[in-house]
Amino acid sequence: MAVDTAHPAGAVAGSGSPILPGALKDAFLTGLIALGLLGPLVGFETVVIDGALGLAYRPLVVAIMVGIIVAGRLILNLTVWSPNRPPKAQAGSSPVARGILAISPAFKPALLAFAVGFPFFATLMTGGLSESRYLIDLGILILTYVMLGWGLNIVVGLAGLLDLGYVAFYAVGAYTYALLATSAPVNDFFAAILGETFWANWAFWFCLPAAGAFAGLWGMILGFPVLRLRGDYLAIVTLAFGEIIRLVLINWVDFTGGGAGIASIPRATFFGIPFTAGEDGFAALFGLEFSPMHRLIFLYFVILALALITAFTTVRLRRLPVGRAWEALREDEIACRSLGLNTTNVKLSAFATGAMFGGFAGCFFAVRAGFVSPESFTFDISAMILAIVVLGGMGSQIGVAVAAAVMMGGMEMLRNLGFLKQIFGDGFDPSLYRMLLFGFAMVAIMIWKPRGLVSSRDPTIYLKEKKAVSGSLVKEGHG
Amino acid sequence: MDVFVQQLINGLTLGSIYGLIAIGYTMVFGIIGMVNFAHGDVFMVSSFIALICFLLVTTVMGITSIFLALAIVLVVAMFFTSLMNWAIERVAYRPLRGSFRLAPMISAIGMSIFLANFVQVSQGPRNKPVPPMVTDVIVIMEREGYQVTLAWKQIIIMVLTSVLLFGFWYLVQKTSLGRAQRAVEQDRKMAALLGINVDHTISLTFVIGAALAAVAGTMYLMYYGVANFADGFVPGVKAFTAAVLGGIGSLPGAVLGGLLIGLIEVFWSAYFSIEYKDVAAFSILAITLIFLPQGLLGRPEVEKV
Amino acid sequence: MSDNALPIHGWDKDPILTVEHLFMRFGGLVAVNDLSFRVGRGDITALIGPNGAGKTTVFNCITGFYKPSEGRLILGHGRAPTAEELDAVTLNGERGLSSSDAGVYLLERMPDYKVSGEAKVARTFQNIRLFSGMTVLENLMVAQHNALMTASGYSLKGLLGLPSWTTAQKDATERAKYWLDKVGLTERADDPAGDLPYGAQRRLEIARAMCSGPILLCLDEPAAGLNPRESLELNELLRAIRAEHGTSILLIEHDMSVVMEISDHVVVLDYGTKISDGTPEAVKHDPRVVAAYLGVDEDAVEAVEAVLDEATGAQS
Repeated sequence: MAVDTAHPAGAVAGSGSPILPGALKDAFLTGLIALGLLGPLVGFETVVIDGALGLAYRPLVVAIMVGIIVAGRLILNLTVWSPNRPPKAQAGSSPVARGILAISPAFKPALLAFAVGFPFFATLMTGGLSESRYLIDLGILILTYVMLGWGLNIVVGLAGLLDLGYVAFYAVGAYTYALLATSAPVNDFFAAILGETFWANWAFWFCLPAAGAFAGLWGMILGFPVLRLRGDYLAIVTLAFGEIIRLVLINWVDFTGGGAGIASIPRATFFGIPFTAGEDGFAALFGLEFSPMHRLIFLYFVILALALITAFTTVRLRRLPVGRAWEALREDEIACRSLGLNTTNVKLSAFATGAMFGGFAGCFFAVRAGFVSPESFTFDISAMILAIVVLGGMGSQIGVAVAAAVMMGGMEMLRNLGFLKQIFGDGFDPSLYRMLLFGFAMVAIMIWKPRGLVSSRDPTIYLKEKKAVSGSLVKEGHG
Repeated sequence: MDVFVQQLINGLTLGSIYGLIAIGYTMVFGIIGMVNFAHGDVFMVSSFIALICFLLVTTVMGITSIFLALAIVLVVAMFFTSLMNWAIERVAYRPLRGSFRLAPMISAIGMSIFLANFVQVSQGPRNKPVPPMVTDVIVIMEREGYQVTLAWKQIIIMVLTSVLLFGFWYLVQKTSLGRAQRAVEQDRKMAALLGINVDHTISLTFVIGAALAAVAGTMYLMYYGVANFADGFVPGVKAFTAAVLGGIGSLPGAVLGGLLIGLIEVFWSAYFSIEYKDVAAFSILAITLIFLPQGLLGRPEVEKV
Repeated sequence: MSDNALPIHGWDKDPILTVEHLFMRFGGLVAVNDLSFRVGRGDITALIGPNGAGKTTVFNCITGFYKPSEGRLILGHGRAPTAEELDAVTLNGERGLSSSDAGVYLLERMPDYKVSGEAKVARTFQNIRLFSGMTVLENLMVAQHNALMTASGYSLKGLLGLPSWTTAQKDATERAKYWLDKVGLTERADDPAGDLPYGAQRRLEIARAMCSGPILLCLDEPAAGLNPRESLELNELLRAIRAEHGTSILLIEHDMSVVMEISDHVVVLDYGTKISDGTPEAVKHDPRVVAAYLGVDEDAVEAVEAVLDEATGAQS
């Protein structure tokens, strides 16, 4: 890891004095530390040669990395961190936050319009329906995470309960759909009364509310035992619950299909009309030329609608007593109780509401992928959603949306850096570095902006004038 | 009975390893009140450092005495792991001290992901098997063809754990470093006003935690003969469970918790189902935190109104 | 001793709260030791005592934050409950009973949020607990949570924006405006509570407690940290609350000028035990009180009496 993000060590004497010797010494020390950190793991690679473990050596790579770090540190010491530089005036809020706030009246509708028009722009940009596939897929991915971010935002951002097992509800939603839609008894039941293909065509629309409700129920079940916990303990227990659910999904082979997962889950239909090339398919009925992209674009609008429902509901709930109770809980739980708020119910309602949206998203995930397996519900996903919420600014909807787009877009871009192969050789696979950079980004974001892009809070009611509440006053909750 | 005794030995060995990792959790939680999420991955990295060092010592330097080799590996792994944890604290946690409360935890999660993937990228995703070391065993009992054995490596692990526990307990209870540590734990501001170098004390805590994790990592490598980049998370969570079960902040508690977790895991696998052994560990974690948050040797907390 | 000779007080005839043989133990420590007293309906009652006397612990027992080790805490709505009613409630293990003209609640059986929500006992805190990241108005809206929750049909009506909800929300806002006006914070309604100066935060906390519609208001050191002018304003506010809303007030206070000036009844605590109970005048001259505050030295007793006289004299 790079030590050069730390504060300048070995502070040099007052302004005006020569800084070069100090800077050189500091850079040299940094180099030594970097060598110590990178030497063992980068300098040597354990390789299996003829069945036995041996070592391969990469001194050049270490030398280059240490060289970059030393040079970077030296340059920073002489410029940005130089004691001769006048200290920068501390601005009240960051330019990013101010920028987002300043354009926010226009920003939200513009973002919405862009989201709605995205499939058309994508088609126009790439020059054809099938060519836009990649972009639409990316749009769906981003919107799924926007929705998950908004769902978790209720729990973490509004109610201040740190939930590290959110992926469990995503999994519950996905498996609810996967299991119900592929269930033979359910299919037979509907086949007997409503026709052979009924369940395959309608499963998603029936299961969507069921998945949400079921995930919400799980939110309550898992929320109940952790009511008394706060802070890091709550986070750890929710993490444990998330892992337990994943391990059960892996090991309960009879029910969940185990690690192999559940395949050939019925695809989404246009409200009962399947996206097939056949006579009763979507394209034929609407007089279009068949294209597999129709289904994908439809899915894009489904997740957009789901995300918007999440956002709309959250905005409404914030202005209702339940939403204010969530925020009050985040601010001061004891004061809440002194005012007659049953904090048990307040917490459970937050868990359940957040989980419900996670369940909807999970159901959507299953129908989009047509396949679910425990692999898709690892702790990394929880961490990613949490990172989105925190980067966005806890409690801010627009911030979370921007953060999801930046994070998922950024991670996706790493897949496309094929040109790097020409620099680093064919063995270089940029997508391997995705999680590495993600982890690094999480640390960097926390150091750079621990309160996220939008840290100010919008009041839910006002008498004369709506004034944003500065982030420094808003508490982060007990859990 | 035979199986029972054998599992007891295995459980205590595994528990010693968990206990060593748990001390790192418990000390860091005690002093800065944060769950050092990356600690499990620090342990994993240490086992890689130990692996690389072991290969260097045996194949390149040609040292044939296994005990000498192990001693060198242990010292080298402790040094480099400590350096790493020192740097992690410096870069990822110290700037966040006094920032909003979730920040260090999220930073630690990021660091955990970073470390696991750093090893995956630099060392490859596959299991790294080492030739078995210290293969001698002592047969304790033999009945109807079933041997209850105590391996030398198990003895090494248990003895080393006891010695280290005693050493660090002495360090924390009897030396000025320990006093400084406990003072910072109680009241950081006051400790600073009284002339304790808080940064220094916290750094040292991380260094000690990492050194013990490195011992655990080396022992783990010797015991199981394999290293993998993904082997940080689950042992990490189990060690954290051990720390919580023993009472977070308590050194003997961490080791007691580690032994209990090790025993539970081994017996669960032997008598119930090996598939669900991690579920058992996670469940104990949840149950302990919910019903016995102060742990076995910790102090209960009274809510202040 | 001296209070045996005194006539029967109002608080004995119609108590809103009766504390009977209250004990609170923390491990081996007895924080409250066999404490009994009554709080009169419509009175301003002060609970005083040296630091560490167990006053806040008593408050926490009354408001349900602590479960008392022993004792009975009887709250009477409307009128004081008769002995038969009391026995009935106590024996059948209920938390409370309410009839058309009266209600009785046994506070020691209720969790904190029900003491506030059902028994209508509101409180403030020694170290102010506002929702600092929410605006002043929002703080007052949260205080009306339970009523609004019902009105919003547990969020269903509210999500749909039905008129019955809109009306309820409007009424709640009006109530909040009334209290904002009372405590002089109307101008700052849309500012974050955490931005207010200290004195205003104290007033807001009282207004917030009043928004929950209590019959008994428990104030934990409401004058702490206030300047003399703010102290005077606080006295006015508390008097107005009693006069206009009939809310009984129980307060912990160190500021003798406030205690002597506004309270009808003073209970003195030392080491968890009651050492004096009576009118401010009677308590002020009780040698045990003086001794508790300054030790048993005779000169000190005289000195403190002089200070107390001066304090009351200056105010009246």
